Amino acid sequence: MSILLDEKTKVIVQGFTGNIGTFHAQEMIDYGTNVVGGVTPGKGGTKHLDRPVFHTVKDAVRATGATASIIFVPPPFAADSIMEAADAGIKYCVCITDGIPSHDMIRVKRYMRRYKAEDRMCLTGPNCAGTISPGKGMMGIMPGHIYMQGPVGIVGRSGTLGYEAASQMKALGIGVTTSVGIGGDPINGSSFRDHLERFEADPDTKVVVIIGEIGGPQEAEAAMYAKEHMKKPVLGYIAGLTAPKGRRMGHAGAIISAFGESAAEKVEILKECGVTVVPTPADFGVTVSKILEKVK
Amino acid sequence: MDIHEYQAKDILKGFGVQTLPGGLAYSPEQAVYRTSEIGGEKWVVKAQIHSGARGKAGGIKVCSTHEEVSEAAEDMLGKRLVTHQTGPQGKIVGRLYVESACDIDREIYLGFVLDRTSERVMVVCSGEGGMEIEEIARVRPESILRQSVEPAVGMQEFQAREIAFGLGLSKALVSQAVTTILGCYRALRDLDATMVEINPLVVTKDGRLLALDAKMAFDDNALFRRPNIAELRDKSQEDPREMQAADRGLSYVGLEGNIGCIINGAGLAMATMDMIKHEGGEPANFLDIGGGASPERVAKAFRLVQMDANVHAILVNIFAGINRCDWVAEGVVQAMQKVQLNVPLVVRLAGTRVEEGRKILKDSNMPLIMADTLADAAKKSVAAWKEHAAKKKAG
Repeated sequence: MSILLDEKTKVIVQGFTGNIGTFHAQEMIDYGTNVVGGVTPGKGGTKHLDRPVFHTVKDAVRATGATASIIFVPPPFAADSIMEAADAGIKYCVCITDGIPSHDMIRVKRYMRRYKAEDRMCLTGPNCAGTISPGKGMMGIMPGHIYMQGPVGIVGRSGTLGYEAASQMKALGIGVTTSVGIGGDPINGSSFRDHLERFEADPDTKVVVIIGEIGGPQEAEAAMYAKEHMKKPVLGYIAGLTAPKGRRMGHAGAIISAFGESAAEKVEILKECGVTVVPTPADFGVTVSKILEKVK
Repeated sequence: MDIHEYQAKDILKGFGVQTLPGGLAYSPEQAVYRTSEIGGEKWVVKAQIHSGARGKAGGIKVCSTHEEVSEAAEDMLGKRLVTHQTGPQGKIVGRLYVESACDIDREIYLGFVLDRTSERVMVVCSGEGGMEIEEIARVRPESILRQSVEPAVGMQEFQAREIAFGLGLSKALVSQAVTTILGCYRALRDLDATMVEINPLVVTKDGRLLALDAKMAFDDNALFRRPNIAELRDKSQEDPREMQAADRGLSYVGLEGNIGCIINGAGLAMATMDMIKHEGGEPANFLDIGGGASPERVAKAFRLVQMDANVHAILVNIFAGINRCDWVAEGVVQAMQKVQLNVPLVVRLAGTRVEEGRKILKDSNMPLIMADTLADAAKKSVAAWKEHAAKKKAG
């Protein structure tokens, strides 16, 4: 099994007909993802990449039965697109867009709480590389071929560092159930903890790797959750040991502004909570392999 | 984006926050002229730099004669002020704010931030003003009052009232405090600010509530819809390399080490820097060149990293996802033809079509050191740095 996404998941693309949307929608289709259509306001009724285009997400959901959506809409309009997806009954939404204003994301998060927990959309991102369940489907911009199917769940902030981890694992013959990107923004759709919960419930996932970085409370929260609620082993890496305080390291959210937000402090918290710390970013493969030996 | 104290005060005044009369000065003559405009017998000359803790660095002077004002201005203008927030290179003083002085009865801390835990605007207040909030949290944590703002309806008057009464303000000052607190909140929300801080907010001996200092920071991602705020940018306060990088669409942070880093993706960039440190080196910078490592972008990155005289080796680490390694390799080779590199270069490619990419690098006969893995790349760049630094020292 996998979490969030499999070969049956019906996916629509918001911002379908733009350059970026077109390119990545084609990559997703080539990977085998069940892309059933897309949304571009004003282009409803036309066809794109051999699939129907709709004016609104509601139209798309009604016509195709889509339950998932990926957003390639520019930053000024992306928050609106996320809320549109939530209101149309989409269950899982990936927002790739980098550069959404923080105040917009505060409103989005508040808006999503209008729905009962069981009807509420799960959002990953923004500013992420997306989610892939290898061999089944891909909602994202990652190179699909570096992932193979296997027993490891991955949840991380960064795109390319996630690729690095997956390819180190693949080199040792280790595959992935699902890899989830939660993005590098200070206010994001879902946290490490939300996906640890899903991986714990997924029978095929044997080990979970979290790939965090400086800034924010979410890595520490995940470590506490792993300690108190998880039976499966959790591994963690925190990027940014060399990052100075108060400087933004590329990601809008990668900034040490409060106590407990530096990499060294987060690593301490992971250790205290019994999370196996991946000592350097060159050790993802070997560390996962050692833990997998133990759970077999 | 940060702005100056005088700019923040100007904005907040428009939202009902009371401040002292003051004016901007670019020269000692102007500073003296401002005092005659303001009137009174005591003034404060304040260096306008993007940093707090200016007082300890000599950036704030209380003056009671025109000569003193002129001297203070002469002394501050053009000087680099170093505070614990600016880093060792300090920030240059290009403008002064001359403000009327007042007699202080009480100092209060008032701050507004986007809280990442609650994902809401959080108001933080303490009767122990004048210190930094980190210090207050350490020595007087019980003095801190907090209010979390419900995003759907915004901050309510009762929340501001709870803070005002919590501070023990006199009845006469409560309504002014409510106006101040709600005004700051509205400024934060309406202008896409990420931080508003008034420290100190003072009660004067004659019973007024005034913002003595003011700090605001804005969300870079929202500047597209805030042209009036974007105009307030003061480039003289930014690191010239970081500014150049930002203007070229690259994300750069200068550090103290010797190994220049050029990497795609923020997470991988931080991880590569960690790996350099693990191997005994120190990174000279963070630099994310983004998804497309085109020849132009790589060439720009080379120029940028080489501007730092401390750089003795450069490490390029690209994980090609949607880009292909062969294309990235072409980019590196072309950039090397365009930009004269004076230090050794280590290149590590990974991802799509990596074999083809490595072949291009090898066949180019360019003087570069190739690395296979992240660990290998870090090791080789540390070795290259040591060798180059030793050579330079010797000759």
